Amino acid sequence: MRAMVYRGPYRIRVEDKPRPAIEHPNDAIVRVTRAAICGSDLHLYHGMMPDTRVGMTFGHEFIGVVDEVGPSVQTRQPGDRVMVPFNIFCGTCFFCARGLYANCHNVNPNATAVGGIYGYSHTCGGYDGGQAEYVRVPFADVGPSPIPDWMDDEDAVLLTDAVATGYFGAQLGDIGEGDVVVVFGAGPVGLSAAKSSWLMGAGRVIVIDHLEYRLAKARTFAHAETHNFTEHADVVVLLKKLTDRLGADVAIDAVGAEADGNLLQHITSAKLKLQGGSPIALNWAIDSVRKGGTVSVMGAYGPMFSAVKFGDAMNKGLTLRMNQCPVKRQWPRLFEHVRNGYLKPSELVTHRIPLEHIAEGYHIFSAKLDGCIKPLVVPEAA
Amino acid sequence: MAYTQQKPPNPETSGQLRARIPGWGADLDPKDRPAVPKEQFEPHPYGAEWDFPDRQPEERPRERSIEHEFLTPVFGTSCPPHGVSGVIRRTAYQRYSEGRAAHWLLLIAADRVDALESTLRSFASRHPDNPVTETGILSEIKHHGLRSRRGQKRADLIHQPLDPLIVAAPWIIAGVLGYRAVRRIRRSQGSTS
Ligand SMILES: NC(=O)c1ccc[n+]([C@@H]2O[C@H](COP(=O)([O-])OP(=O)(O)OC[C@H]3O[C@@H](n4cnc5c(N)ncnc54)[C@H](O)[C@@H]3O)[C@@H](O)[C@H]2O)c1
Ligand SMILES: [Zn+2]
Ligand SMILES: [Zn+2]
Repeated sequence: MRAMVYRGPYRIRVEDKPRPAIEHPNDAIVRVTRAAICGSDLHLYHGMMPDTRVGMTFGHEFIGVVDEVGPSVQTRQPGDRVMVPFNIFCGTCFFCARGLYANCHNVNPNATAVGGIYGYSHTCGGYDGGQAEYVRVPFADVGPSPIPDWMDDEDAVLLTDAVATGYFGAQLGDIGEGDVVVVFGAGPVGLSAAKSSWLMGAGRVIVIDHLEYRLAKARTFAHAETHNFTEHADVVVLLKKLTDRLGADVAIDAVGAEADGNLLQHITSAKLKLQGGSPIALNWAIDSVRKGGTVSVMGAYGPMFSAVKFGDAMNKGLTLRMNQCPVKRQWPRLFEHVRNGYLKPSELVTHRIPLEHIAEGYHIFSAKLDGCIKPLVVPEAA
Repeated sequence: MAYTQQKPPNPETSGQLRARIPGWGADLDPKDRPAVPKEQFEPHPYGAEWDFPDRQPEERPRERSIEHEFLTPVFGTSCPPHGVSGVIRRTAYQRYSEGRAAHWLLLIAADRVDALESTLRSFASRHPDNPVTETGILSEIKHHGLRSRRGQKRADLIHQPLDPLIVAAPWIIAGVLGYRAVRRIRRSQGSTS
């Protein structure tokens, strides 16, 4: 089969690889019909995530058709159109039993601090991902769900990660009626978080980024107020001015490890890998939220330490909430919102790239060219 | 505005927002938020019919975190460790827990060695690495590289020129090693003749 393969920082290519096999009785093999490139993939692509091996196939945001099932699989069968949460999870361990599907204890031998994720380095379990024609899907009775008949494929694929994560991020903010919410990052996750904040009853939603075309999307897709941080000497002061000097009630970090806006932080983490991530947006969140407020962290950081302004968080009495999104838990409610037209995930899609051209897709998304917000990958066999 | 008890009013009331934004307030009640509370005990969800899952066979020794009691019942088999990078990876797993910086620094170092080893090995294969196609750099022409940057106040433009250096590193290192090797051979030939 054809599959995207990592070759080293900033380098990927498409290769012939053996079709994945059933390795566990509850595995399924899924033929991928649509995959997406996620902001998290950029952390791998840039060589920031420890134990990212040459030869790995990335891709944790995908949908497809079940092609083959292992002997113990009961609820899925070949031919089922399925959407697959980016979390690999067993359904029955201590953590899964409590709804923490992103933190499953049975799927990642390489690390206990993170669960299993498709195509996301060996630190997340060493599974090949869905930017390929076929993918191995463990625990086929637990993770994948049938795509509802009424749902578009492009909505379904974004519900397996980006949109579910934004929706989750808004929930972790504990938003109350009338709360002022500031979202850092106008990528697919930030845009979804901003839109979802209104569902929770926010009174004001402010989005911060430095890419004008993405801020424009935040105004239309997410009905948000927007500010370009490069136009302000100090974004924290700007946010204090906008909130009568109190600060926002809730701040959401939808940027993560490669944040820009402070060259020293960016270079020491994204380029030199001396930090787990560049916490510029996280520090802005901590400093611009009000005392007693909540910071919700959706941005991903590596497992090493990062220079986070913990003292300010402590002195301000903040609540810090974060996780990888337990995707499947969001679905029933999220499906209602999509069906009611409150959220239209496919509006985020800007590029549809044949698998054979995926190297260009990564460059466009990474360098933020051509108004790119969300690129989808279309395998030949689809 | 003086610092007083009341929360300053928002530009729009809830009623105005509900009228303007489809779905405003649909999840106002925390009971409608699927992630609340964080933990809810709900065993055996979906189609899981096991207490502890079947074990995936361990076809070859699989590295694991020493914080785990045993190899997890399911695991990925994407890229088994190999070469010098493989030795470094196994050391990182065997010696250090996730709590130790050495664990992660060794893995990052192994990643760099892996990229170098793989690039070198590719030169002896039918698919040598090609930095032009693999970086997707030609999309700069087809997808408005210039227009996407010109006249924009983008904060990332200042460090984007560093990226080609990171990409070129394996080629530069391979070139230096190759040059040294050739020179050493020439010298030893010179001293014997
Ligand atoms: N928690 C989860 O489950 C989960 C799931 C998906 C993605 N993520 C993470 O969420 C983050 C965003 O993902 P995405 O797909 O939207 O990525 P993206 O790269 O498309 O978006 C990131 C945005 O942040 C902007 N940005 C950079 N520095 C900034 C700063 N200092 N302040 C404000 N904005 C800044 C960038 O211009 C960009 O628009 C990534 O770190 C990703 O790894 C987490
Ligand atoms: Zn993702
Ligand atoms: Zn589990």
